[in-house]
This record gives sequence, structure tokens and C-alpha cells, in this order.
Amino acid sequence: MTSTNFAYLSNYAIYSAMVLFTLAFFSHAVEVAFSVRNLEDKTEFDFTRTKRSGDIGTVMMVLALVFLFVGVIFRGISAHRVPWGNMYEFSITGALAFTSAYVYALWRYKIRWLGLPVAIAVLLTLGTAITILYRPSAPLVPALKSTWLAIHVSAAIISGGVFLLANCIAATYLLLDRYENKGGRPVWALKLPTLEALDQLTYRLVAFVFPLWTFAVIAGAIWAESAWGRYWGWDPKETWAFITWVAYAAYLHARVTVGWRGRKAAWLCIFAGSTFLFNYVYINVWGTGRHTYSGL
Amino acid sequence: MTLVPELEARSLSRWLWRQLTSMRTALILLLLFGLAAIPGSIFPQRSQNPLAVSDYFKSNPGTAKFLDELNMFDVYSSPWFSSIYILLFISLIGCVLPRTIEHLKSVGAKPPLTPKNLDRMEFFFELETGTLDRAESWLKKRHFRIRRDVDSISAEKGFMRESGNLAFHLSLILILIGVGAGSLFGMKGDAIINVGDRFINIPTSYDVISFGKLESEKNMNPFSITATDFKATYELTTGVPSDYKLTVNIADPVGSKEVAKVVRVNSPLTFGSTKVYLQANGYAPIVTVRDKTGEVKYQGAVIFLPQDGNLTSIGAIKVPDAEPQLGFIGSFVPTFARNSQRGAFSTYPEVLDPRLLISVWTGNLGLDTGRPQSVYRLDTTAMTRLSLKTLELHETFDFNEGSITFEGWTPWVNLQIVKDPGKIYALLGSIFAILGLLMSLFTRSRRIWVKTSADKSGVEIAGLAKNSVPGLESEIAALINEMRS
Repeated sequence: MTSTNFAYLSNYAIYSAMVLFTLAFFSHAVEVAFSVRNLEDKTEFDFTRTKRSGDIGTVMMVLALVFLFVGVIFRGISAHRVPWGNMYEFSITGALAFTSAYVYALWRYKIRWLGLPVAIAVLLTLGTAITILYRPSAPLVPALKSTWLAIHVSAAIISGGVFLLANCIAATYLLLDRYENKGGRPVWALKLPTLEALDQLTYRLVAFVFPLWTFAVIAGAIWAESAWGRYWGWDPKETWAFITWVAYAAYLHARVTVGWRGRKAAWLCIFAGSTFLFNYVYINVWGTGRHTYSGL
Repeated sequence: MTLVPELEARSLSRWLWRQLTSMRTALILLLLFGLAAIPGSIFPQRSQNPLAVSDYFKSNPGTAKFLDELNMFDVYSSPWFSSIYILLFISLIGCVLPRTIEHLKSVGAKPPLTPKNLDRMEFFFELETGTLDRAESWLKKRHFRIRRDVDSISAEKGFMRESGNLAFHLSLILILIGVGAGSLFGMKGDAIINVGDRFINIPTSYDVISFGKLESEKNMNPFSITATDFKATYELTTGVPSDYKLTVNIADPVGSKEVAKVVRVNSPLTFGSTKVYLQANGYAPIVTVRDKTGEVKYQGAVIFLPQDGNLTSIGAIKVPDAEPQLGFIGSFVPTFARNSQRGAFSTYPEVLDPRLLISVWTGNLGLDTGRPQSVYRLDTTAMTRLSLKTLELHETFDFNEGSITFEGWTPWVNLQIVKDPGKIYALLGSIFAILGLLMSLFTRSRRIWVKTSADKSGVEIAGLAKNSVPGLESEIAALINEMRS
């Protein structure tokens, strides 16, 4: 097969993944919307009714993950390099990392309730990627030709996926916390985990990914030293990567040393995640400096 | 009576020190450090893009002056930015050093005494069976550190958590030392050389050079680099570069036997702690300028600066020896095209169909006014324009005061030469920081106590997990099983 064939196949795989994500989205929506039926005494609820719909959602999600994976790999084959040369490729790989983090967490922590927001987030990412960010498959500019591309960018993308997942959970925490303060969860949220479990899960994700993010920044510095002649130059992207690092370091300290829990910690986590998103969207598209590889 | 103010001063400074090294202050400083970095990503920085800073001054003179007062164009070397990170690191050192000493002292020390009332712990169980000896051997097998007293055992595991934590923070200090050493003992400069030319590492060979506070030109490695060939490869359809390859002959020290090397964007040359990077490239048109009598007044390659991705380049040719002086504002177009909107421009970065567009000026070049002049720009205040011309390769243009011939071109490369003896410490610091971080975040630290119950029939078991990490529950369940078996 030629490079062009692989490029087409990659696009078809991405489109197929989007269809599957849409199906997963509807299955999870049905699961949430029709899951609750009051039993006779009106105090208990039956969650088993729509279990099958949720199962279908999970199957669709896993299938979508496979197609997304194929799409990313074929994109790389078509360009004869790792598929991380422009913002379209960052986005599809980021969606892959995010979905993988969800599927892994699903297997470990029973968080199927996250399926709906995950499907929405991935669809938005992929939708933006194929409409606005899409660029034909092409080789890399000389500055990107380095083994460090694979190391630095993969670490950054995986970190990004997990940061966003942690943000979803922290946001859920804040939402449920509001309901509970106002007198109780709405019916659809009864099945979701306790506030404490959400808080713990957020912390665990951040604690897992913080060393990886640290590594991504350091790998970037080592690469910058060989490509640009300095390991740190306060380039806008570097500055914001550093700000993200500081924000998550503050989150970990606030939890471990000062003992922050719950609402304050969740807000700090969301703030830290937003600095990452800002860096990804704003600096890539409108920013200046040496990291402007969006291809836009 | 004179003692009192002295005492007050001492207690005040002690109070200040305690405040500075408190966790809350450290956290606030850490967040401030992050916030303080933001303006540098919003406003152009002199260290990165001095041209953008001067443009900012031109378009908003009022605000620019105000912002400059606040060091907004030199954020990362400003007094307020420096004071935040210096305070942060003092706070860090004040926090970490005493803890390191404490931690080193506790190597090999026994865990603390078993508390009196175990029933206040998170996990607490009373058993009818079990003995301290069995508990001790079970805990030993699992590498707990154990304090055995007459009627109790205090066991602890997860010592490496604090070790990793301290290693991480000490490594940050090592990184700071590396950064500091780099800026004090480092050197950085740029030199543009034409292919075919030789660069000798002495200050006069540089276009720009700056030394660290404790570094001087005496310490420069006396190497030489001769650029023998430069090949840029482009994507045919898009003109996007895919490879730059510079071939050089190096001699270290200068005059010794030359060795051929290849420099690419991601593979610099190394001379000890000095590295030479390939940073930019462009074209230098070769011209011959003659005066009215036909005598050659200038001959050679003139470096032009690229203006776009297809390397449309502009520059100035100055001929002070002609009488009157001659100057040319030029534009080199490697692959020529012209339309009504853009005028002449290049459609591909390689030289396929070159043109040299010139405007001819005569008068005074202003080189002896003492005012510094850019070599890429012509100061036309004391000059008049004679004519305009688009030259093809090998074409000669005769104007009244003389003639100019477009002889050819040569590529030039911009070498960036950087000496940074501190970066090895920064790298080591980074590696230790990650290892320390992994050690500290993935070590579970917990205590387990076993005590003979009051009626001596069985034991009480209690546990405490630091930072409420999970897993202790199942560990205690296993211990209970062991006691019951």
C-alpha cells in the first residue's frame, strides 16, 4: 500500500471511531435517562433496567478505541514518522490517550458513569480535529526530526489525556457537592460514587500523572538543548508547561501537606487542568514562539 | 535595658524565618512563581525577540514605557521575578534541610512507641487469639521496621516515601545551582558564515556575543570551523523544509589537523562544554561593482536576510570605496515570479530561477557619522536614487556612475555557539527529581501496632496509613487471618 492509501485508511478509521463514539454516547445517554424507576414505596430505585444499554455503550467505546488506535497508527505509517507533527495529529492522539485512560480506569475503578461526559469530550475533540485542524499527511520540518519527538510528545499527550480525565472527575465532584449541600442528589446521580471516592480518584490520577508530566517537561528541555541551543528559554509553551507543573505541584502539596480535601482541592485541580488546555489551544494556535507546529 | 531591643530583633528574625519556611508560605510562593511567569508569555521578551519589543515600543509608546518600568519585557531577569524564586528556594532549603537531617538521623532508628489507646486509630480490631511473636515474624517477613516492647509491637513501613520526597526537593536545588552556574560561567553568541568561509572561535568572529558575569573571552576554546557544503532539502509540492545538512571541517585547536563533520538541526557540534548549533540559513548573492572607469570597487558575497518561507531575501550592498559612494538596496529571489499584488516574489526556497532586484543609490553612505548601522539596511538620508533594475544571473547593469554584475550566489548558515557548563547539573538534578518523585508517590507509608490485650487472652491490632493511601485494610485483614490461624 502507498502512503496515500494509509492516509485515506487513517481518515476512514477516524470517521468510524466517531460513529462508534456517537453510538456509545447514545447508549450511555439512554442508560442515564431511563435507569431510574421508583419502586412501589417511592424510596428505592431500580438501576438494573438499563444495564444492557450501558453494556452496549462500553462495547462501543472499546471498539471506538480500537478504530482510533488504528487511525493514529496509519496516520504515522502514511507519513513515515510518529504521528505527532501538527495539531490535528496531537488532537487525535490526545483523544486516544484520553479514551485509553477512561477504559483503563473503567476496568480498575468501575467508573462507567463517566462514559457520557467522556464520549462528549472525545466527539468534540475529534470533531474539531477533522473540521478545523485537519492537514494532509506530510513529513516533518527539520527541527522535529528527533527521537525526542516520540518521547517528549507521547509523554505530554498521555499526561494531557489524564489531566482532562481528572478534570472531568473533579467537575463531577463539584456538581454533586452542590446538590448535596442543597439537600440531596437528584435521582439520576444517585448511582454515582460518593464524594469521597471522587476526591480520592482525582488525587490518584494526578499523583500518577504528575511524574509523567515532569518527565515530559524534562524530555522537552533535553530536546530543546539539542535543537535550539538551550534547555530552557521561557518560550510561551515552556512557560505554560511550567505553570501547569507548578499548579499540579501546588495541588499535591495542598493535599498531602496542608490536608486540603474536597471542594478546595477540586477547584485547584480544575485550575491546573485549565492551564494545560490554555497552553494546548491558545499557545498552539494564537501564540508566538518556537512551539507553533499546529500547521494552521 | 539595652538587651531588650536586641532580644526583640532576634525573636523577630526567628519569627520571620519560621514564617518564611512554613509550608503555607512555600505554597503561596510556589503559586506566585507560576503567576509571575505569565506576563512573559503575553508581552514580547528582549531575550527572545528584541525586534518584537522595539515594534511594541513603536506602536504603543506610552504603554510600552510604563510596562518597561515594570520589567515586562525582561520578566525572567526582573528583580521581582528573581526575588520570588530566591525566596521560594530559601524557603525550600529552610524546609528541606532540617527534614533531611531528621530523616538521616532516623535511619536505623526504631519506630516510635506504641500509643496507649489503639482504639482511636482508623483501623482497630480486638482478637481473642494470637501472640506478639507470631505478629512479629509476620511483620518481619514483610520488611516492616519493628520496635518490640514487653507487651506491644510498633511496626512501620514506607521509609522510602520521605527519602524520595527529600531527594526530589534537594534535586530542585541542584537544578537551580545548574541554572545559576550556566548563567555565571556561560557564553552565547551567533555568527553568520558563508559556505566556503572559515569561522575561528574568537570574539571578533561573532555578530553577537555575550558572556556570563564570571566568564571572559580568555576561556574560549580556540577551535575553527570551515563550512564546506550546505544542502537544504524541501518538499517539492509545498516548499516546506525537510532536512538541512551542513558539512564542515573542524580543527581544535585552530591549525591542527582538520576533521570532517556533519551538523544538522538536531545534532550540534560539541567542543567540551561548548556546542555549535545550526540555527538558520539563507542566500548571499555574489556581485561585482565597478565604477565609471570600469575598475572593480567591490566583489563578493553579501548576506541577505530571508523574509518568507520561500526565502525571498533582502539586504544592502555598500560600496564606500567608489567616488561618489554607491549603495544598493537588494532583493534576492531564488525562484522568480511576479504578480501585480505582491510584485516580485519567490515561489520555491531552492534556487531554480534566481533574480536580483536592486535599486541603485549614490551619495554618502553615512558610515563615518559614528552612528551604528545595520549591514542589512541602507541609510538613504544623504543619498539619491538613480534607478531600479531586475538582474538575471550573470547580467550586468550599467548605470551612469558605474555597473553591477549578478555573478551568482552562495548559501550562508547562522551558527549559534553556546557554552553552558551548568547544564550537566541541571540534567542530573532533573533525573534525581523524577526518581525521587516516583519513589515518594508510589511508596505507601503506614504503621501497624499489635498489643497484648488487657486480659492477656489475645491481641489488639491497629493501623494508620499516611495520607490515607489505600491498601492498609487488606494488609491488616491478612495479619488478622494469620493471628486466627
